[in-house]
Amino acid sequence: MGDIRDMGLLLKEHPFFQDMGKAARETIAGCGRNEVFEAGRYLFHEGGAADSFYLVRHGAVAVELHVPGKDPVVLETLHSGETVGWSWLIPPYKWSLDARAVELTRVVVLDAKCLRGKMEKECALAYELYKRFVPVMAGQLLAARFRLTDVYGNPER
Amino acid sequence: MRDPMTPSLYRVDKVVRELPDTATLGLVPSGGDGPFSFRPGQFNMLYRFGMGEVPISISGDTLDRSRVVHTIRAVGSVSRALTELAPGDEVGLRGPFGSSWPVDEAAGHDVVIVTGGIGLAPLRPAIYHVLSNRGRYGRFVILYGARTPNDILFRSELESWRSRFDVDVLVTVDSAGREWGGNVGVVTRLVDRAGFDPLHTVALVCGPEVMMRFAIPALNGRGVPNGRIHVSMERNMKCAIGLCGHCQYGSYFVCKDGPVFPFARIATLFAVREA
Amino acid sequence: MPDMDAKASGAAVVLGVDGLDALVGLLVAGGYRTIGPRVEEGAVVYGPVRGVADLPAGYVDEQAPGSYHLTRKKDGKALFDWTVGPHSWKRYLYPPEQLLFRAERRGGGFSVLPAAEEESPLAFIGVRPCELAAIAVHDRVFSGSGVVDPGYAGRRDGAFLVAVNCTRAGGTCFCPATGTGPRARTGFDLALTEIEDGKRHLFVVETGSERGAALLAGLKAPPADGALLATVTRLTRKAAKAMVRDVPKDTPQVLKRNLDSPRWDDVAARCLGCANCTLVCPTCFCATVEDTTDLSGGVAERWRRWDSCFTSDFSYIHGGVIRREIRSRYRQWLTHKLATWSDQFGVGGCTGCGRCITWCPVGIDITEEARAIRAGEGRAGEGRR
Repeated sequence: MGDIRDMGLLLKEHPFFQDMGKAARETIAGCGRNEVFEAGRYLFHEGGAADSFYLVRHGAVAVELHVPGKDPVVLETLHSGETVGWSWLIPPYKWSLDARAVELTRVVVLDAKCLRGKMEKECALAYELYKRFVPVMAGQLLAARFRLTDVYGNPER
Repeated sequence: MRDPMTPSLYRVDKVVRELPDTATLGLVPSGGDGPFSFRPGQFNMLYRFGMGEVPISISGDTLDRSRVVHTIRAVGSVSRALTELAPGDEVGLRGPFGSSWPVDEAAGHDVVIVTGGIGLAPLRPAIYHVLSNRGRYGRFVILYGARTPNDILFRSELESWRSRFDVDVLVTVDSAGREWGGNVGVVTRLVDRAGFDPLHTVALVCGPEVMMRFAIPALNGRGVPNGRIHVSMERNMKCAIGLCGHCQYGSYFVCKDGPVFPFARIATLFAVREA
Repeated sequence: MPDMDAKASGAAVVLGVDGLDALVGLLVAGGYRTIGPRVEEGAVVYGPVRGVADLPAGYVDEQAPGSYHLTRKKDGKALFDWTVGPHSWKRYLYPPEQLLFRAERRGGGFSVLPAAEEESPLAFIGVRPCELAAIAVHDRVFSGSGVVDPGYAGRRDGAFLVAVNCTRAGGTCFCPATGTGPRARTGFDLALTEIEDGKRHLFVVETGSERGAALLAGLKAPPADGALLATVTRLTRKAAKAMVRDVPKDTPQVLKRNLDSPRWDDVAARCLGCANCTLVCPTCFCATVEDTTDLSGGVAERWRRWDSCFTSDFSYIHGGVIRREIRSRYRQWLTHKLATWSDQFGVGGCTGCGRCITWCPVGIDITEEARAIRAGEGRAGEGRR
């Protein structure tokens, strides 16, 4: 019980769960645990089972695309206050990209299997989570589209 | 009467190759002009013999009267020709022209700079000013976006500013390989990560217009009102003195009413789509 | 600028045709380059004149949207029965092409030689009230807004202006709507009103400056009596009544709040983007610069040339053109002319001369466009931003 209360506090402090009702937060806290990733360690790999997601507490995580014969391309870096991973929400629950700790990174890992089960039963909880994930996804989509325009590219090239 | 369309002569005194398409020129008067003074954010018209004239922001320090400094990216035939100059070559110069970054008005506030690409050059005089008068300002945050790690302008200077304890420098790139240990993502996302007090912040924004369109809502989202966001606009200019008509932006001439505008003044125009 | 803001001062006098000829002669003798109306290629244009024999006696213009016809009245004697042609005086005060400077290579560098400005002063014969207003607008643009264009200021300072009031309305003009005519009130050295009714052919001459009075003194002209002055008023009022086009006072606000009016698409479908309107407009001042070098590359010149906001590269910045579509260019032109101009210069940009309507190949009428935009208010959401 003590662990859950600590986890509840951690979630409360994290921007992603700001303004979430206490009951929902406590429910989610029940699915969370702390973890530390050394620089270079992977949080997950493309194709792996997406049975968790991550709240970055300290550090930075690079979302990468593996390219055969070349170095991976870093698509985005995620930092404290942000979340990593949404494949756990979308069947068939497989990671589409790699995620690697760029530096020593402390995260809260949330057990997605546990959450998915609770969300099926509690629509209010599901809504609270979707309400927070959709803006993150929209923001990243917009950022990706912005980058597609290559705004800094030299028109002469 | 001195003709405002006749340039003064300046000699190239120093050339720094910043990036493959970008060079910084230090110019000294060779035609008898006295010391040059300007305000951060102003620009000059630089003339290359027989080729033409283009507006270029001044990128040097207002306190350094020894030379006039411009950072030029080759984006057309004249700007390319300017980047290819060598020490000893001569150029024509008219200026300084236009409005400036509100460095005095910003005193007592946090200063947040949001910029990308070559947009850092017109802001560098404002950065120098804040650093030279550091005690007059609150937190000082520089957010800079570039295409790739190889496209970062003034990289060593950004690194040295970052090493100070009184400046937050966040740099991000649109894409990178793994050797880049820094941020990857759009510059506007840095706005959310930076530490400043939105209610007491003056934001200075300069970059491609699309970047500014994304940066302003991000600043608004943090609570910075349009009246304390200042942007530098870019339009075609032939004269820089409000006579050629090319740079008109609604009722404004970008050359003399701008290039730096409080965003609140142009927010309506900014939303009008030209096609 | 010479002091020409004083209202017509001193008693008006009467000159016959010979007297007007003598007046032009005095200007020629005084070293002025005398420029006035002449008939060339079927239109009244402004060129060198040495006396009344050069003026377009008996010519009358018929103007309508997209059309201009010059005809000669049988036995017509009036010298100023036409209104305005495709030229305006800006081509003399602000020439279509002007050398800004020459540069010569010298070692690793170069030297800059300012363009020589050694011209004799100009005298304009037959400046219409709307054109006086246009010159006053250019005074604001080129010397009244902080920056002085020395070439313009030099030519303007020396210029002697002989105005002529309009006693006949042109087919497209609307100076009562812009408050710029048809009778000149200010801005001239001398102002003529021609009275030609078969029985008599004379000019009532009002004085607007000391310079004008001094020139007139040399002609020993008799004063105009009250009946003649009443005729001047009657004739110019009649001309005013014949002009029907209107530009309501709130047009600037209407245009500024309707930048998304569907009418912009409508006019863009008709506009050819030919730039005629901007070239004939007496106030349009946009210019570009061109750089040239001689074959050896040793001498470079920089020229200023009239430009138009309708040209494709007008708004070019690296990477592309900002106003790619005619819709944006027309909107820029009309809103500048009728709305933002007064923000910039404290005076309206349109003086009601009607040239842009006459010389538009498809007959677009700016007053009609402004009216349609007003009429379409409330349907703005159908347009594009």
